[in-house]
This record gives sequence, structure tokens and C-alpha cells, in this order.
Amino acid sequence: MLTNMVGALNNALELILKENDKAVILGEDVGKDGGVFRVTDGLIDKFGSNRVIDTPLAESVIIGASIGMAINGMRPIAEIQFAGFMYCGFEQLINHAARYRSRTRSKCTVPMIVRTPVGGGVRTLEHHSDSPEAYYSHIGGLIVVEPSNPYDAKGLLIRAAHLDDPVVFLEPTKLYRLFKQEVPEESYEVPIGKASVVSEGDKLTIVTYGTMVPLVKDVVSSKKVSAEIIDLRTINPLDESTILESVKKTGRLVIVHEAELSFGVGAEVAARVAEKAIFELSAPIIRVGSHSFPYPFPGYENYYIPNAVKISKAIDKVLSV
Amino acid sequence: MLKSVFEGNVNYLQVLDENGEVDVTLFPSDLKDEQVVEMYRQMCFARAMDAKVLSLQRQGRAVTYAPLIGEEATQVGSALAMRDGDYFVPNFRQHAVFAARGMPLDLILIYWRGYEEGLAIPESVKALPYIVPVASQLPHAAGIAFSQRYNKTDNATITYVGDGGTSQGDFYETLNFAGVFKLPLVTIIENNQWAISVPRSRQSAAQTLAQKGFAAGMDVVQVDGNDVIAVYKAVKDALEISKEAPTLIECVTYRMGMHTTADDPTKYRSEDEVAEWRMKDPISRLKKYLVKKALWNDGLEETMQEGQKKTIDAALEKAEAFKPDPKSIFEHVYSYMPDVLKEELDAAVESNFYEE
Repeated sequence: MLTNMVGALNNALELILKENDKAVILGEDVGKDGGVFRVTDGLIDKFGSNRVIDTPLAESVIIGASIGMAINGMRPIAEIQFAGFMYCGFEQLINHAARYRSRTRSKCTVPMIVRTPVGGGVRTLEHHSDSPEAYYSHIGGLIVVEPSNPYDAKGLLIRAAHLDDPVVFLEPTKLYRLFKQEVPEESYEVPIGKASVVSEGDKLTIVTYGTMVPLVKDVVSSKKVSAEIIDLRTINPLDESTILESVKKTGRLVIVHEAELSFGVGAEVAARVAEKAIFELSAPIIRVGSHSFPYPFPGYENYYIPNAVKISKAIDKVLSV
Repeated sequence: MLKSVFEGNVNYLQVLDENGEVDVTLFPSDLKDEQVVEMYRQMCFARAMDAKVLSLQRQGRAVTYAPLIGEEATQVGSALAMRDGDYFVPNFRQHAVFAARGMPLDLILIYWRGYEEGLAIPESVKALPYIVPVASQLPHAAGIAFSQRYNKTDNATITYVGDGGTSQGDFYETLNFAGVFKLPLVTIIENNQWAISVPRSRQSAAQTLAQKGFAAGMDVVQVDGNDVIAVYKAVKDALEISKEAPTLIECVTYRMGMHTTADDPTKYRSEDEVAEWRMKDPISRLKKYLVKKALWNDGLEETMQEGQKKTIDAALEKAEAFKPDPKSIFEHVYSYMPDVLKEELDAAVESNFYEE
């Protein structure tokens, strides 16, 4: 079927609920409204309000109750309306979802998914455009996933629903309806913890994910440069070997993400490459990210997030050495 | 137009007073003499176990510990009211609930000696582990209750929070969530009057903590938390209606000891206050009742104490024989071992895993 990311996710959720009667969706406006981005559209009609559950407006208990449900044998899929509102449930993820397995020596496991839209570029109100992947990756114990296309979105979500771990599933708002792709009707998995090599090349490696993937592809094709583009797909655990293998081949690395530059995923990737492959590099590593302060109001967002010019200059710079 | 649209009334329940006298009109009709004796034994066991862990901590043989002394009636009364299959979700002080619900004592001790293996709770105990961040356990209890209903069981979840915890957002979010979904959840406020050094009066201007449940549309009751029979009755009653509605129970008790072994209560409260509560001790009042009814005597007391000491010593021996494996801290992070973690484990084995 030809579908955008919203359709692919909706289809994945339907398949997950069909195959596992312990799976439920819960969150704000996920029922009749089908979610503010319509990702859960129509599911309440197919599965009823016992399985597609509109909750009170309270993010901590949405995530915290999901933890209890998961420990007692259910498979909750919580939706948090925007990543900027998920901080109310941050404690539940950091103090509990990430730790239950370890602190009970695997007696209590937390097979749950928290889905939330991330990223900006669509002129939304303040607090609606955050890119929080580094926060959730830093702790360990959580799996952090961020797809960049409909095919991966469906396969990663289904994979997440089969894992016995808590998964933070970040959905780039800008990519929800940006393009359509042919996606299989049936259930399939895309592996978690495995990056995808979007295009092969030998002059430089560009590590990216989420909203930046289509932009990086456009820049690379317009510059006609032989770049190997790696879409991480899973932020944590990081697929280090795919990155190292590529960097050893190309000798140059640019990392592009929409999240703030400082202390971000780019720093982690750069550090690992520096530790393990610095002598294979022909040029310093360059990171491209948003500026190191909170996301501005929509009127200024285009001055904040990386654009084609910024990415293009980074490529020129890394190739100039 | 001006009319009253809500009326709330909080009842205070006491069955057994400080002198060991019972209000026969309130005494639970199903409660047999041997169950009351069992309550006494469990409370004595809790106090003995508590004293033991406290002394281990003072000897450097346990980590920072949160003693329960004074709160035995709230914990034992509620634990013994639970039915087979009911789940409980503690904070960090419910040692007596764990013990009464069949948690192996050596596991409790392994936890307080600083090892995660102590929280590998057997499935039969039906409990979440100790949870330290105040009130953050309550949403999990709501989730367990949700799953009990989703799975069409008749069971309920009982959870505990302190007076300080009632100031937390998770407390309100949980009550509200439980009210909306009419979850089989019994929330027990173990109001021991002190949140470390901050008194009950500084937590809330509300006359009772129980009345906070009205805002979530639930039935509430305030109970003499040092009266094991009243606590038993309140929890039993709450469990009976749990299929239809959640309940909030405030147990008014007193933390006779420190918050944890890391603080000194003489710094922030008066000895007069403590002495006043000592008169309301949960164990001595039940003993008075049992002796009056000829259900207890010095001989039984002596035999019980010897038996409990043996049980505790045996558990301690087992706990101290536990051999920690540092690899285990890597092995339960995810359901599988990611490559990046495997690499850290291998490096750790080479560099900082050594025989002490």
C-alpha cells in the first residue's frame, strides 16, 4: 500500500492490537479524535474503548500506569501528545521504566512503548517542537527509536511491540505526511539497534536520523557528492559498527541532527569514532545541529534548525581538508 | 441561585483503644481469635526484624535503612486483610507487609545489604519491589489495578504512600486516574506525621489527608493507624467494594524512629511528642486485649520471641552468605545484550572486576 508515516503507524498499531489481545493504546485524545495527528484514527471503532483508551490529561500517570500494566502482563502503547509535554512523565521513564528489569534481576519487565511526536519545522506553537532523544538515551535501560520514513516506522513499531523492553518511540512531526512510500500490508519487523545505509558512497560518511534524513539526501544528490548516508533509526543502543565500518572506508564524518548541538547524539557518535577510528580520519569530524538553547517560537525556527545551506557547508568543509 | 453541590464527611475509625478495650459494635464479625493472635505475632516479628536491620546498619552490615517501628499496625492490619492474588505496591518502609505476605526474609535482608537480587521477588508474593522516589510508585499501582480489571480478575491492588507523598503530583494523578476508571485500587496513606523533618502540618492545610480522595470521587476513611483491628476492617471493607470503586484510607500513626538511619529526629521534634505516641503503641494495646481474653501469656511470649529470633538469624546467615556477581549489573539492563554494552562488560571484567 502507498502510505505516509501516519498511515504506516496506524496500520502497525492495528496489526499489533490484532495479534496481541493484551496490547492497548492509551493517551490523551487517542480515542474518538484519533490523536491530534490522527495516528490512532479509527482504532477505537475497530477495537473498542477498552483497548483504545482516552485518559485524563496527566502524562506522569499515563506513563506510570503503563509501567504497572506492562509489569502485570499487558502490552501498553502510550501516546504522549507532544514530546514537550513528556517531561511530566520523565521521572517515570528514568526512575522506573529504565530500571525495573535491572533492579528486580528481570523478575519485573516493562514491555511498553511510549510514542510521541518530535521535532519542528512545521510552525507549531512553543513546546511542540522539541527533540529529546539524547535525554532518553543517556540513562540506558530505555530503547530509543526514531524512524525517518513510513516503511521503517511501521517495521520498527512492530519490532518494538515484540520486544520485552521499554521503548521510547519518537515520530518526527515534519515527516508524518511529507511523503508516501510503498509499504507491505502485512506485519513485518525492522530490526532495532541496526542503522540503515541509505546511500553508499566513498568520499564521506553522514550520520543522521529523523527529520534530517530527507534533507541530507536532497543536499547530497544536488551536490552530486559520493556520500554514505547512515540513518541511525535506533538512537540507543547505538549501531556503532555500521558507523565505524563506513568511516573507515570514507575517512570523513559529518553528523547531522535537529536536536541541540551540545551534549547531543552527535557528540556521542563523534566520541566513539574518535576513540576507535581517529587515525582513519582525513579531516576533523563536523557536527551539524540546532543551536545550543531551547527551541524558539515558530517565527524564528528556520534560523534555528539545520537547513540545506548549513549541511552543504559542512560537507564542503570536511571535504576541503 | 446558590446551592450546595457537594458534601463530604470523613469518618474516623477506631476499634481497639489504647487500653486494649474493643468497640464490639465495630469489631469485624469474620475476625477469629487465632487471626488476632496472628496479627500480634506478625507485629512482634516486624519489630524484631526492624531492630535487627537497624543494628546491622549501625555495624556497617546494611545500607541506609528506613525503620518501621511504630507503624506495625498499619502494615500488618492491611497485609492480613489482603486476599490471595491481591497485589501490593510499597514505598520503602513496608517491611512488615512484605514479611506478612510471604516475602522470604533473606531477600529483604539482601536488599538492605545493597544488592538488587533482594528485589527478585517470588511471583507468589504478588508485589512490586521497594520504591524510593516518594509517591512515584502510585501510578504503577494504578496500572496493576488496571490490568487486574482488564484481565477480568476479582483481585485488587493495595498501595502505600506516606503523608509527605500526598503532596506529590503522582499522588493526585493516580487518585484521579483510579477514580475515572473505577480501578480496584486501595490507596493507604501511612500518615506517620513526619516526612523526614517536615511535620504533617507543613504538608497540607487540609484537616485530614483522607479528604483528598473526595477530589477524585472516591470513598475515604480515616483510621487509627495504631489499631491493627481498625486497619484490618477498613482495608477489608475497601477490598469488598474494590470491584466497583477505589478507596483512600488514611492511617494515622507515628514514626517512632528516624526517617532513615541518616537522620537524627531529636533535631526536629520534641521528646514529649514521642512520649505521647508511645502511650498509643500498637503492639502493647493488642497485647492487653489478648491477655484480657486469655489468648496470650508470658509463656507464649517467650516461645514466640525465641522462634522469631531463630527465624531472623537463619535468614541473616543466608543473606550474608549471598555471593554478589558484578556481571549481573550488566545482564539485566535489556532483554538482550547490545554490542555496545557487551564491549563495556568485557572491558569492566578486565579492569575493575576483582576479588576483594
